[in-house]
Amino acid sequence: MTKAELKNALNEKLQGVPEKELNRSIDFYMEMIDDRMEDGISEEDAVAAVGDVKEIADSILTEIPMSKIVKEKVKNVKPKRGLRPWEIVLLALGFPIWFPVTLSIGLVALILVLVFYLVYWVFILAFYLIDLCFALGGIAGIVYGVLAIAKVGAAQGFGFIGAGLFLCGLGVAFFFLCNIIAKGMIALSKNIGRGIKYLFVGRRKKNSDTADEAGSDPDKGASEADEAGKTDRGEIKTADNDKEDELANGQNE
Amino acid sequence: MEMQMKRGLLDVCVLAAIKNEDSYGYQIIKDVSPYVEISESTLYPILRRLESAELLTVRSAEHNGRLRKYYHITPEGLSRIEAFKEEWKEIMMIYRFVTNGDGTVSEKGGNEA
Repeated sequence: MTKAELKNALNEKLQGVPEKELNRSIDFYMEMIDDRMEDGISEEDAVAAVGDVKEIADSILTEIPMSKIVKEKVKNVKPKRGLRPWEIVLLALGFPIWFPVTLSIGLVALILVLVFYLVYWVFILAFYLIDLCFALGGIAGIVYGVLAIAKVGAAQGFGFIGAGLFLCGLGVAFFFLCNIIAKGMIALSKNIGRGIKYLFVGRRKKNSDTADEAGSDPDKGASEADEAGKTDRGEIKTADNDKEDELANGQNE
Repeated sequence: MEMQMKRGLLDVCVLAAIKNEDSYGYQIIKDVSPYVEISESTLYPILRRLESAELLTVRSAEHNGRLRKYYHITPEGLSRIEAFKEEWKEIMMIYRFVTNGDGTVSEKGGNEA
């Protein structure tokens, strides 16, 4: 794989990642390849040494907050041409129908996501609570056993102490199991997070490129508006980026 | 080595690699990799994290007709290294306890501890 091929592959795989962020990441990897080549390593080997596309894409994506990706997606979804009058009329007339429907679908989706998230972490918590019950039951058994030796009889007393110790032991063993499960689930949640990000990111059949270049839109007015929109967006983007960076910094801290 | 531990160590290793003079990505990898395994895709997130935590700053400088990014350690970065040294003193004490003070693992209990 050549340097240019790697660059294209990354651009395609991560299309939808905020451009500034993506270019920065890709520049970093390109610099590494250049430095390796300067060291006398062939282009092919230098590219291979930097890592494969999937690995690099994963690493770039993991670092970018979900909010940025969604924001970029929303920004790109903006209609390319202005709405026609009859469309606006329809939209206005249909408002009582589409607004509540969209709102409720959105709310349901949001609640589902929140519930899933909650259940996920409560699941981990539940394991630790079960473990706590083992330990508390065990301690109670031992205490009761000690008291029972004098009042009820040695046999019962030692029986309870034994059962208590057994429960405590179970609690300790289960604690380690809990740790393993928790670790696994935390790692899984990271992977799920990245998986979700990939839903927003990646080749969209290069639609945006071809559509922009071909400019096959018959009415000039629309494509002009489109271009105006583009520059607008560009300006907003630079102003925005600083804000985003601040946000990212805040998150990292 | 445990993942979490390695992560913490790598941060400090990267800071150490730029401690005496500004350095660039490939040089950092060359300096650090004899001690800890590090690849480009692990280095990049670390550099970003250290940058946003203001432990280092980045500047671009021309090199052979292209731009190369140089990383410069900040006073906060230096104090992060100092903090690491302090932490490590404690860890060394534990290490000595575990190894009975002579660097060899004791026959009884050493492995379990």
